[in-house]
Amino acid sequence: MTLSLKELSKTPSKMTSGHRLCAGCAEGIIVRQVLMATDKPVVVSNATGCFEVSTTIYPYTAWNVPWIHTAFGNAAATCAGTEAAYQSLRRQGKIKEEMKFVAIGGDGATYDIGFQALSGALERGHQFMYVCLNNEAYMNTGIQRSGATGVGASTTTSPVGSVIPGKAGYPKDLTMIVANHNIPYAAQVSPHNWRDTIGKCKKGFDADGPSFINAISPCPRGWRTDPADTITLAQLAVETCVWPLYEVENGTYRLTAESAKIADGKLAKRPLTDWFNSQGRFKHLLKDKWMSVVENAQADIDAKWEKLQKLCKL
Amino acid sequence: MDHKDIAINGDSAIALAWKQIDPDVCAAYPITPQTIIVERFSDYVADGEVNTEFVCTESEHSALTVCIAAASSGARTVTATASVGLGYMWEMLGIASGLRVPITMAVTNRALSAPINIHCDHGDAMASRDTGWLMIFAENVQEAYDNSIIALRIAEHKDVQLPMMTCLDGFILTHAIERMTPIDTNVVKSFVGEYEPVHPLLDWKNPVTHGVMDGHDYYYEHKYQMAEAMNAALKVTEDVLDEFAKITGRKYSLVEEYRCGDAEYVAVCLGSTFGTMKVAVDSLREEGKKVGVMMPRLFRPLPSEKIAKAVSGKKGVAVLDKFMSPGSYGPLFEDVATSALSLDKIPKMYGYVYGLGGRDAKVSDLRTVFTDMIDKKAKKVNYLGVKL
Repeated sequence: MTLSLKELSKTPSKMTSGHRLCAGCAEGIIVRQVLMATDKPVVVSNATGCFEVSTTIYPYTAWNVPWIHTAFGNAAATCAGTEAAYQSLRRQGKIKEEMKFVAIGGDGATYDIGFQALSGALERGHQFMYVCLNNEAYMNTGIQRSGATGVGASTTTSPVGSVIPGKAGYPKDLTMIVANHNIPYAAQVSPHNWRDTIGKCKKGFDADGPSFINAISPCPRGWRTDPADTITLAQLAVETCVWPLYEVENGTYRLTAESAKIADGKLAKRPLTDWFNSQGRFKHLLKDKWMSVVENAQADIDAKWEKLQKLCKL
Repeated sequence: MDHKDIAINGDSAIALAWKQIDPDVCAAYPITPQTIIVERFSDYVADGEVNTEFVCTESEHSALTVCIAAASSGARTVTATASVGLGYMWEMLGIASGLRVPITMAVTNRALSAPINIHCDHGDAMASRDTGWLMIFAENVQEAYDNSIIALRIAEHKDVQLPMMTCLDGFILTHAIERMTPIDTNVVKSFVGEYEPVHPLLDWKNPVTHGVMDGHDYYYEHKYQMAEAMNAALKVTEDVLDEFAKITGRKYSLVEEYRCGDAEYVAVCLGSTFGTMKVAVDSLREEGKKVGVMMPRLFRPLPSEKIAKAVSGKKGVAVLDKFMSPGSYGPLFEDVATSALSLDKIPKMYGYVYGLGGRDAKVSDLRTVFTDMIDKKAKKVNYLGVKL
């Protein structure tokens, strides 16, 4: 597949500038990449969250394509409803064109409150793509921990204290859980690698059935980082294997981009301390007091990386 | 027109109405006593008798979500639920009305938990009465069927554009088999007409943003528009009922009255109790008691002026709520009392809680509602039939 920035720059902007996302927010970057991956008419369903409130403050809208938001825990069901209407009206000859349906939700809307609606929509086999913008906490309500928050992260509901080192427990491995619904396509992406992201989203849009894209989305406010570092941090997530780039296509696991290079020994796997050092939410972990958290987290990442590599060799 | 009567239960009658309407999308989740509706409708889908995209969701929350999104996309959409299923939809009820999507939903009235109970009362409907849905009640199976067809025309009217619940008493109407006159399918189709959606999402050449965020500068105005739509729905409903009478001969009113004209004492109730009440009224009339009963067929919007007129000049008005609002009064009691505030002389009013969790309200029980008033034994709030 050939993708060139020159050609992509000519595609019409489906989500425009003028939205109210924070400086350095990765979400707008990711969604623009996602929507570049199809030239068919697309209907977007959006869960409640940063992205929803920042792009549709009445009477303004950042959307040049049909867009709907209903609630927090139901982006997949909302998307399923738009797709069900399409299937019915197309069968009746009232709609002629092929259309695409994409749901967007943050990690709270996807890993937590919208998990049931997502699982149901995947099982029913709607023709849609779900995109999770994973910034690893409830950022819209002020940085509360979610099921996607990394171990040890200090959030407003899992603050580091004198006896507790931030968020307890490891994040839910949602991409694996989704892939085990045996849908045609699931993948993890990172906004630093637009070619990998857009290529995967093309596969997702073209899949015969539901598809799922999980995107790591650095959040300067929640991660306590410089807005200028967003893309670098996204890349660091991949290079530390906190966020491996891979896809599951009709049951076959495949590492992609930097993650494939790390597995092949062509790129160094960076230590988790680099990840913790790069963000204010983790800086307390570098004290001697919490070194065991860092060691256990590294062991957890290593084990998950080994398991993923084995799946990719099957 | 086909006048051949059939024997059918209320749930199957609604499924039959849906088959004749042939909606674009139906999304639902099973819950007693609604389940027969979606089971029978599934048969029609399986046999290719409808064009409907039928979505069996993993929860009521998702069922109503799918309906809202499908309706926003430009599809005529129906669903059904009951009890805690309606409770589980509660978040989405206000979103459906706030987004102004004219979904129609059959609500087979059932008690709310706890204790869990599958039988009829109006707890589910009453807990949803302030969510911006139009609500219509049925006395019998015929009306449950008719309401399913009538509701589309009211909900989809350009001056209304609000979702509508068609309420029928669980088991009493959903499962009991009654004699019913169905309407010829062609007549149904021509009565409901082609669906004309407003700003559908699937019109991708004219993209629209549905479900925006409002600040304090717009939210109030958008809600006020719903109040105006509810007001408009009173007239729209009267017009639709008139048109329906022309094609079926069945004349319905916003407030149904039975022997109320010269009555000194009247009762107000909703649903199937209206039928039992008529028998109680007849038996008391035979004894020379001047009593009558009325049912606000349309519950939301409340036909307040008509209710006030109907209770005006009465010596006593008993209002029956198949629901209890612990710590306050029954919602129908409050509605009737509030309506009567516009009268120069407000009649004596009594609230009756009855029939909770399917407790049978027999003719003999219902007679006491009138005799209590006549004998001056009625209290402000009465618990009919409770075992103490």
